[in-house]
Amino acid sequence: MATTVIDRKEDLHEPLTADEEPLYQACRRIYPQSVNGTFRRVKWIVLLVTLGIYYFLPFVRWDRGPDAPGQAVLVDFPSRRFYFFFIEIWPQEVYYFTGLLVLASIALFLMNAVAGRVWCGYLCPQTVWTDLFMLIERWTEGDRRERMQADAAPWTFAKFRRKAAKHFLWLVIAWWTGGAWVLYFADAPTIVWQLATFQAPAIAWFSIGILTFTTYSLAGLMREQLCVYMCPWPRIQAALTDEYALNVTYRYDRGEPRNSFKKSEALRVKGQPAGDCIDCNQCVAVCPTGVDIRKGLQLACIQCGLCIDACDNVMAKIGRPTRLIAYDTDLNILRRKEGKPDIYRVIRPRTLLYAALIIIVGMVMLTALATRQDAGVSVLHDRNPVFVRLSDGSIRNGFTVRLLNKERETRAFAVSVEGLPGAEIEVIGETSRSEGRPVVEVGPDQTREVRMLVTLHEPNLKGARQLSVRIIDLATGQSVEAQDHFRGPEH
Amino acid sequence: MADNKHEQIDTVTGKATTGHVWDGVSELNTPLPRWWLWIFYATIVWSVGYWIVYPSWPLVTSYTEGAFGWKSRVAVTQELDALRTQRAAIVSKLEGATPKEIADSPELLALARAQGRVAFADNCAPCHGAGGGGAKGFPNLNDDDWIWGGTFEDIEQTIRFGVRSVHDESRQGSPMPAFGRDGLLKNEEIEAVADFVRSRAGLQVDAKADLALGARVFADNCAVCHGEDGKGKREVGAANIVDAIWLYSPDRATIIEGIRNGRGASMPNWVGRLDDVTIKALTVYVHSLGGGE
Repeated sequence: MATTVIDRKEDLHEPLTADEEPLYQACRRIYPQSVNGTFRRVKWIVLLVTLGIYYFLPFVRWDRGPDAPGQAVLVDFPSRRFYFFFIEIWPQEVYYFTGLLVLASIALFLMNAVAGRVWCGYLCPQTVWTDLFMLIERWTEGDRRERMQADAAPWTFAKFRRKAAKHFLWLVIAWWTGGAWVLYFADAPTIVWQLATFQAPAIAWFSIGILTFTTYSLAGLMREQLCVYMCPWPRIQAALTDEYALNVTYRYDRGEPRNSFKKSEALRVKGQPAGDCIDCNQCVAVCPTGVDIRKGLQLACIQCGLCIDACDNVMAKIGRPTRLIAYDTDLNILRRKEGKPDIYRVIRPRTLLYAALIIIVGMVMLTALATRQDAGVSVLHDRNPVFVRLSDGSIRNGFTVRLLNKERETRAFAVSVEGLPGAEIEVIGETSRSEGRPVVEVGPDQTREVRMLVTLHEPNLKGARQLSVRIIDLATGQSVEAQDHFRGPEH
Repeated sequence: MADNKHEQIDTVTGKATTGHVWDGVSELNTPLPRWWLWIFYATIVWSVGYWIVYPSWPLVTSYTEGAFGWKSRVAVTQELDALRTQRAAIVSKLEGATPKEIADSPELLALARAQGRVAFADNCAPCHGAGGGGAKGFPNLNDDDWIWGGTFEDIEQTIRFGVRSVHDESRQGSPMPAFGRDGLLKNEEIEAVADFVRSRAGLQVDAKADLALGARVFADNCAVCHGEDGKGKREVGAANIVDAIWLYSPDRATIIEGIRNGRGASMPNWVGRLDDVTIKALTVYVHSLGGGE
């Protein structure tokens, strides 16, 4: 992969010796300037949609019948259920979450292969909340220049008032963020009422407190420090990129040599080389992490595209073509320098592979979800003793059978064993029978564990035989089975 | 390893290096943010608070107890108490019910089995095995052959007072005499009766065995406890010796050894060591293993 090296002495740090280099770096204050343009609009839309979902989803209702929670998305810890619209997940079905996480990570890989750090620039909660907090900052304290001047000036009442307003609004949003989080774990309207009347459980206040603190400090105070020093994703993404991945790129083939607007115009008149970059520093001023995109791809750049907007505005003003900074590749820059046409390869083995994996995992999950049974059985063979010899010589095995009833009403299941002709079944504590099979009742939305004894009148049985335990809903005829073994002595 | 040459500047970034070089790759000196250092200091301050609040420093014969006297032992006790309070309602149902009533109620059966399983693992498993599978000389509690009886009452009685234990109400029966060691039977008589018992149990016997002698010896010496038919007598704790279940082993040498030296296993009494509810839970658990009558 080509690296961007711009040979400009003033871009380099003042060389320091190892002895002079400080061990710790003071935090550099960044004053991002407001900007308008395509990418800014995209970011506002993403912000509205994602935060809208986050803050209001808990209030969406979903009717599951009288005995079940009526909240569309609910993590019900006390009864160990997760509700997501028409889906109800039991603790042993966490593989759905595993599937979702697998999907999410492959989607990240795909995003990265197509257009770089889309996640960081547009979707990451840190970016979204920071954007919202910066909006508040601009409302209360003004834009970049005003904030810089105010911070440099001595304290006045007006300055204090503006700062206080900012921090107050930040804390309100942070509190609301923590509050919305809590709503996912209990009935939302109830919790809102309890919070309003100070009757909410302590854990709710505690969770809100922690999330208020983290939101306020991460989105208000830490900002780009989180991306640069704390987050592993910039490092991982750097390893996932390739020469065809589009990244926010300064097209230095067009921009260099950079000069002031007037000087460039003069050079052009003389027919001498002049770049489009007029060194106005707008790309740096709007950057939320304070980087100079003209130095090329770098760790602190979250690729939000705001510098593209800023540069486009400037280019439009000076009458030069826009997209001096654009989603592009270093490969194309080098090709243009050699007079070759651009190549864009969104569809390539890497992206096809990621897309295929997303489809496969998605299909597997959908199939699993569509064929999900609302009854279940699992069987555990006694470990000790593995088999029991009865006084008449017959052999008996003990099993722990767990029956699952995911429906909202009590169901009766007939238990039978298949693959073992002549076997007698007994369920400890259950006397009712249906066609000779023991019947076990399981309460609504519950599991029940029973002890099952299987006896075989074969005194000379050796080794193991496969058997399957089947439970049949007496009302609907629905049946599920689980595999296990029937064992006798080895020799 | 690192060589500590100072004043090295990386040509691409213009940054100073630490002077550390591995395989030709030199490490840039990238300073940590200062807030990182503050957090480090904050953790130190936090630890001081910890010393004050919690037990922390060892002294010569004791330790600093912390401002609020917090002890992990007390915390555990409190949690256990809370658990007992929570379970009191259902546990009291166990107290009031007979083992039979417990076994007939799915809710109480599940509770008693869970409680019984734990008590069994703690107290009974060393001899009877983790799942009550037994061992040589220690009965398998899963099968349908009982030395002292397999009803709820029998099982509870055995657990409560034991077998040949020190308790006054213990099951005593009559231990099997050492017919050989004490000179009650001659060697050929012992071998003959061993063959006879094996033949009655449906096991293979040598063609030269003197079964007539064995039958006579059995009738004279064994039938009084094990019964004319060899099916045993529970009131004296004599085992059924003609079925497929053997407390020791069905092989000829083991049977002969038993007749020669006698048998007479014992089991401790558990009353006084386990409370009534635990004994009741154990009774239901053992009964539910599969052999309950």
